[in-house]
Amino acid sequence: MSRYISFRDFDWMLFAFVLLICGLGVLEIRSATMHTKFAGAHIKQLYWIGAGVGCMFLMSVVSYQKLLDGVHWMYIAAVASLMSVMIFGQRYLGAKRWVKMPGGGHLQPSEWVKLILILAVAKYFADLHQKELSWTDFIKAGAMVGVPMLMVLVQPDLGTALTYIPIALMGLFLGGLRMKQALAVALLAGMAMPLAWHVLKPYQRERLTSFMQPQADSQGSGYQVIQSLIAVGSGGIWGSNNGSQTHLSFLPVPQTDFIFAAFAEEHGFVGALGVLLLYFIVLMRLTQNAQTAPDRAGTFVVMGVVAVLSFHILVNVGMVVGFMPVTGIPLPLMSYGGSSVLFMFLALGIVMNVRMRRFVN
Amino acid sequence: MFGRDEKVSAIRLTAAQYIILGIFLVLAYGLWRLQVMQSDWYSSLAEKNRVRNVPILAPRGKIIDREGRIIVDNYPSFTALLLRDSSRDLSSDVDLIAQGLHLDPQEVRERIRHFAGMPQYQPIYLKDDITPDELAFIEAHRNELPELDTIMAHRRLYPRNGFMAHLIGYVGEVSEDMLNQPQWEFYNPGDVVGKSGVELQYNSILMGKNGSRQVVVNSRGREMGQLAEKPAEPGKQLKLTVDIDLQIAAEEALAGRNGAIVAMDPRNGEILAMASRPTFDPNDFAVRVSRDEWNKLVTDENHPLLNKAIQAQLAPGSTFKIIMATAGLQEGVAEDMHVVCNGGAVFYGRYFKCWVTAQHRVHGVVDISKAIYQSCDVFFYTLAEKLGIDRIAKYAMEFGLGQKTGIDLPQEVTGVMPSEEWKVRNFKQKWYAGETISVGIGQGAVTVTPIQLARALGGIASEGLLVRPHVTNPSDLPPGVIPASNELDKVTVPIDPKNWEIITDAMAGVVNPGGTAPSAHLQGIDFAGKTGSAQTISNALKARLGAKGKADFKDNGWFVGVEPRRNPEIVVCALLEEGEHGYLAARTVAQVIKAYVEKERRQPNKVAQADKKLEIGAVWTAPDEDGTDPDSLHGGRFLIDVEEQRPPLAIAAPGVN
Repeated sequence: MSRYISFRDFDWMLFAFVLLICGLGVLEIRSATMHTKFAGAHIKQLYWIGAGVGCMFLMSVVSYQKLLDGVHWMYIAAVASLMSVMIFGQRYLGAKRWVKMPGGGHLQPSEWVKLILILAVAKYFADLHQKELSWTDFIKAGAMVGVPMLMVLVQPDLGTALTYIPIALMGLFLGGLRMKQALAVALLAGMAMPLAWHVLKPYQRERLTSFMQPQADSQGSGYQVIQSLIAVGSGGIWGSNNGSQTHLSFLPVPQTDFIFAAFAEEHGFVGALGVLLLYFIVLMRLTQNAQTAPDRAGTFVVMGVVAVLSFHILVNVGMVVGFMPVTGIPLPLMSYGGSSVLFMFLALGIVMNVRMRRFVN
Repeated sequence: MFGRDEKVSAIRLTAAQYIILGIFLVLAYGLWRLQVMQSDWYSSLAEKNRVRNVPILAPRGKIIDREGRIIVDNYPSFTALLLRDSSRDLSSDVDLIAQGLHLDPQEVRERIRHFAGMPQYQPIYLKDDITPDELAFIEAHRNELPELDTIMAHRRLYPRNGFMAHLIGYVGEVSEDMLNQPQWEFYNPGDVVGKSGVELQYNSILMGKNGSRQVVVNSRGREMGQLAEKPAEPGKQLKLTVDIDLQIAAEEALAGRNGAIVAMDPRNGEILAMASRPTFDPNDFAVRVSRDEWNKLVTDENHPLLNKAIQAQLAPGSTFKIIMATAGLQEGVAEDMHVVCNGGAVFYGRYFKCWVTAQHRVHGVVDISKAIYQSCDVFFYTLAEKLGIDRIAKYAMEFGLGQKTGIDLPQEVTGVMPSEEWKVRNFKQKWYAGETISVGIGQGAVTVTPIQLARALGGIASEGLLVRPHVTNPSDLPPGVIPASNELDKVTVPIDPKNWEIITDAMAGVVNPGGTAPSAHLQGIDFAGKTGSAQTISNALKARLGAKGKADFKDNGWFVGVEPRRNPEIVVCALLEEGEHGYLAARTVAQVIKAYVEKERRQPNKVAQADKKLEIGAVWTAPDEDGTDPDSLHGGRFLIDVEEQRPPLAIAAPGVN
């Protein structure tokens, strides 16, 4: 299956939009951290983006089909790495999410597991040839995503665990989910709710209650929610010229999960809507790439990325505008953080990979 | 079955796109809702977050005496504030704050509750005049306790040892009770206002208008910048008619006694000095007074907070005889009246003693003049019987007894001048003629205040010119301020010049050999007055209490003195509680009069101000060459060479710095 691969077929337009979003992110990180102890974070972010772009090009060279062929090994490795976190993980801020690397760095495997899950789900559904999903496949697919998800959930990292769900849902949906099965998913979700409440850690419950009634504890867990709403609201249509919420550090740690709130305060409704539009263009471009993929597997891979990206945007922006509880999910491409940036560019690398191989012989 | 290259359902892909579009529309709506529909609301919240109102306290106006010397000044001190707009939960920090500022945690909670109804941006005043180590505590806990702040305030600095305390009054934080009264409705909790004396009376002049600074703060409450500043308007300076030198003399004259002195210029009503004993230190009130100290002051049986010059209502005793004499002479009853004093007389079936029996003497034949300088009770019993209560009351009322004088000080009391009508109105009883006899010597139901007595007797010595006493001149008040009374009302009660001379000459006799207070005589000063010793309980009761009663209920000593005897420049009234005898009060008054005259004589006059030779004319009395007529009038002209012989400008008088 050797073909001529050219970067002429690389999705330069998608790449341009992605870099544009990253650029806005860097500018906002700079502005938000200017007078805080995080000053200079935007420079680090630039390095991460550079590294991400490099990874993306590397990722796009290796054939995704080859990757898919070895995906079961990757899946096993992923589960093993999560296991190692459970055993050797570093406890930090009350959660075991990181593994210390020999080089002195920290590895948060749950991010890479996301990528492997996209590939694994794509491989699984691409190999199914029924028009409609059988119950066994339905359960198998569910288990495939469910096992690592539960392992992340016990770390505990609810936010990342939740991001696995859209991968499964997108796979099921495109793989020919039947109405009955959809109802079963909905029912399962409904049943999981009270169970989840029971399993949730106290701080997670607090986040949920503070989402419902932020004023109830305006100094405690509701503080972030209220300050974020104030930041966004005071931005108005054209943006607040002094950006006081962000610059006077009323909004805590604005450069990570609340980067969109900081941006919305400084640039107002017009600016925030512009960023949403950029994301929308990127997502539409991605789905277009999914449609032009050379095979089912390529479509599933790209749509997996679309699912994760959409979910991140929905939960993060939803949180900032007060529609969603605080879950600690960053805004891809804009939020400060190496793992998040690298994941996005690796995911985009796979998308490019698929795109560059769209002209099937 | 599909082949390996079979495409994924295009419909489902499109559906996925629509789902994404739907998500983005929902998010866009979320942004619209916050940033367009509710923008104003959130902007105001952001503003509240970052903008803090910091008050700039206005200094209170200084109080100066008639010569511009400072009586009350301000000094800078730090006040600890509790800011509530930092939206922190204060209750958890209360214990640490209370500990650091040496306060009672319960008291702090009480204050927070007291201010609960106020707008959030208004800080709570926690503690005034904090010590350096408390200031250091606040500075050291800027991060842990961002709600704690300090403000520099100008605090009142009053004269020490209660000097002039009653006249000046004191300031304090406006109380909850006061805020419910209409005249204080525009004040806010925490405002420092006058609570008594001049500080209360002229609060609106003395009190400035607080300014404010709008500062930008970060989430830790640290100041990051300033938006606007409204400067404070300082309070205005208030000039009193009081003369510090005379006040010093009055305070010294009262030292170690209970009572009051008031000195007034009877020509215009200017209060020159006013003192009351025991006194208190208003500096204790400038800082929030503790409950214990306050209780001690208000429960003290000598009433240190009472300004006895205007708030003590006591029987005037024999000083009332001047009113009686005026009434008697004006009514044509007393002029030719001669009474034989055998130590007492019977009126309406009851025996009334004359004070002279205590010295185992009698007055013998007494006319009006001798009745005044010897203060013969029998004469005035007889006069009272002849005049009747209503004619006495008419004159007494005309001279302002039993009424407020209208002095520009708060809480003046009225005193009582009984009459038939008064008895009926207040007791629903008929006036018994026997009661009139006691009134004749200033006993019975008559009660007056020292200021009333000064005004009345000063008025009689001024040929019936009565003035309203006042501590500030309306011309000295800032424009636009309406003084307590718009005009300095002057009333003239006509007195026949012949009668006037009789009374004033007899008053001069009081402080000369043969009078009741010869020891108060002032060499070379035309000093006149009238003593009074007023019983605090009736003779009968005193007899029943025996020796103990005599010790516990000593008579109050009064003296009202004028200088010179006719058309005086100054009238001084002294009340010595339990002073037993009027002559002691007379010596007290004499001290003040002496200080006044000596100061007047030290004033640079025409001679001192001239720089060359000056020709002046003079008239003087001296014995004739043959020494026959001791009071013959001489006249002449003098040429004074000022450059050669400059009279000394100031001779330090005792008690005057």
